[in-house]
Amino acid sequence: MITFKNCSKQYGTLKALNKVNLNILRGSLTFLVGPNASGKTTLIKSLLGLVKPTSGEIIVNGRTLNGDYDYRKEIGYVSQIANFPENLTVEETFRMVKDLRDKQNNYDEELISDFHLELAFDKRLKTLSGGTRQKVNVAVAFLFDPNLIILDEPTAGLDPVASSLLKDKIMKESKKGKTIIFTSHILSEMEELAQNIVFLLEGRVFFNGTIEDLINSTNQQNLERAIASIMNGAEK
Amino acid sequence: MKILFKIIKYQFHDLSRSKWIIIYTSFFFLLSYSLFTFNKDFSRVLISLMNVVLIIIPLVSTIFGTIHYYNSKEYIIFVLSQPIKRSILFLGLYIGLAIPLALSFVVGVSIPILFNLGNIKGGFDVLIFLFLAGFFQTIIFCSIAFLIATLNENKMLGLGFATFSWLAFGAFYDGLILFLLQILQDYPIEKLSIALSMLNPIDLARLLVVLKLDISALMGYTGAVFQKFFGGSFGTILSILSLTIWAILPFYIGIRKFSKKDF
Repeated sequence: MITFKNCSKQYGTLKALNKVNLNILRGSLTFLVGPNASGKTTLIKSLLGLVKPTSGEIIVNGRTLNGDYDYRKEIGYVSQIANFPENLTVEETFRMVKDLRDKQNNYDEELISDFHLELAFDKRLKTLSGGTRQKVNVAVAFLFDPNLIILDEPTAGLDPVASSLLKDKIMKESKKGKTIIFTSHILSEMEELAQNIVFLLEGRVFFNGTIEDLINSTNQQNLERAIASIMNGAEK
Repeated sequence: MKILFKIIKYQFHDLSRSKWIIIYTSFFFLLSYSLFTFNKDFSRVLISLMNVVLIIIPLVSTIFGTIHYYNSKEYIIFVLSQPIKRSILFLGLYIGLAIPLALSFVVGVSIPILFNLGNIKGGFDVLIFLFLAGFFQTIIFCSIAFLIATLNENKMLGLGFATFSWLAFGAFYDGLILFLLQILQDYPIEKLSIALSMLNPIDLARLLVVLKLDISALMGYTGAVFQKFFGGSFGTILSILSLTIWAILPFYIGIRKFSKKDF
């Protein structure tokens, strides 16, 4: 469904992405891991067209990205930090988001009720806590029932209850055949979800495969140790 | 097109509830109200209004515009992850900011005028031109603000440039012109001074109002030259044209940069 071909992105002298070749299959659940500044967010943003790669190309659903915006119809994106116009109420924010897209017959509002966001419907965005704002952000991404869901550190700022609700939702959507990509730097938290692991380090794909492959290839007991051993190996 | 109106609509919803917009409107209301209380002569009220308006509108438009853009950054990223064209979003954010600001000014100034309608004899053409000048100041300095914010990721740097551009057009520029005229006083410099005043949107807006008032003492050097060279109506058209270019140019560069930028 998604193919990165020799994708590089350079900011000044910093290589945020360094010749990334990556293939993400339709219906897969991919966990994008890597230490800080390893290029996770740049990878995701270039997929969304927010960042334009210096070289290489990205193909989504058979279409090479060239500045067109139509392909984003099928994408739901949860950014690291989200914010909406601060004087709008939560209800107006949802209305706005629906308004900005083409009309759809059924919206997926499951997370709105799971997160009990109705209780905050008449509150203005600027009065909400960071966690509630993140709940709005997450609920918005699932609203359009998109085929491709991209979550960049979605659980940051969420309490354990909300975070497990989100994980349940991710599993459920994955079982429906949706393609899902998410990142987190807390490995243990997301381990249970991931089928595929893509490990990024200094802008390069270091490992791409299933969790079992990763653990077996490094002879470690769990994901965290396996990744630590890869990182140690890379430093040497 | 539909998307553009929707973006503007929600910007409007948001900003109309912003306490800064409410303070800005009440400032113009109080200013215009107190000027009417102390002064019975409508044209004098308009002159005093003009002098304040030409300082305050550029200041608020640049600073508030820059801050507004920076505060909307996450929202911009959100909208850009939707199937929406970048230039449409930029235009929407811009119009959604400039219109509420311009309306604040017009509404704030108009209410006291409506109260005092009985005492006013004539001068409405000048009022129209004052509104026009305020409108141009708003759209010009909002587009400068958006250009600065688009070019600078660093908030502090952007705010610094915004403040500087206001100071440059509002204060330094006049000083520079006076200084130049002083040095070059032995030469025919009328054409130079016309060219110089066209390079400053605040000067242009002042000319727009002053040419209507026909008070030569207030015109300053460039105003007098304008009057002499072009006469009233041609001078007006010329300054409106230059103001339009001033609004479009920074906006155009801004929208080009915005369309190519990484977020």
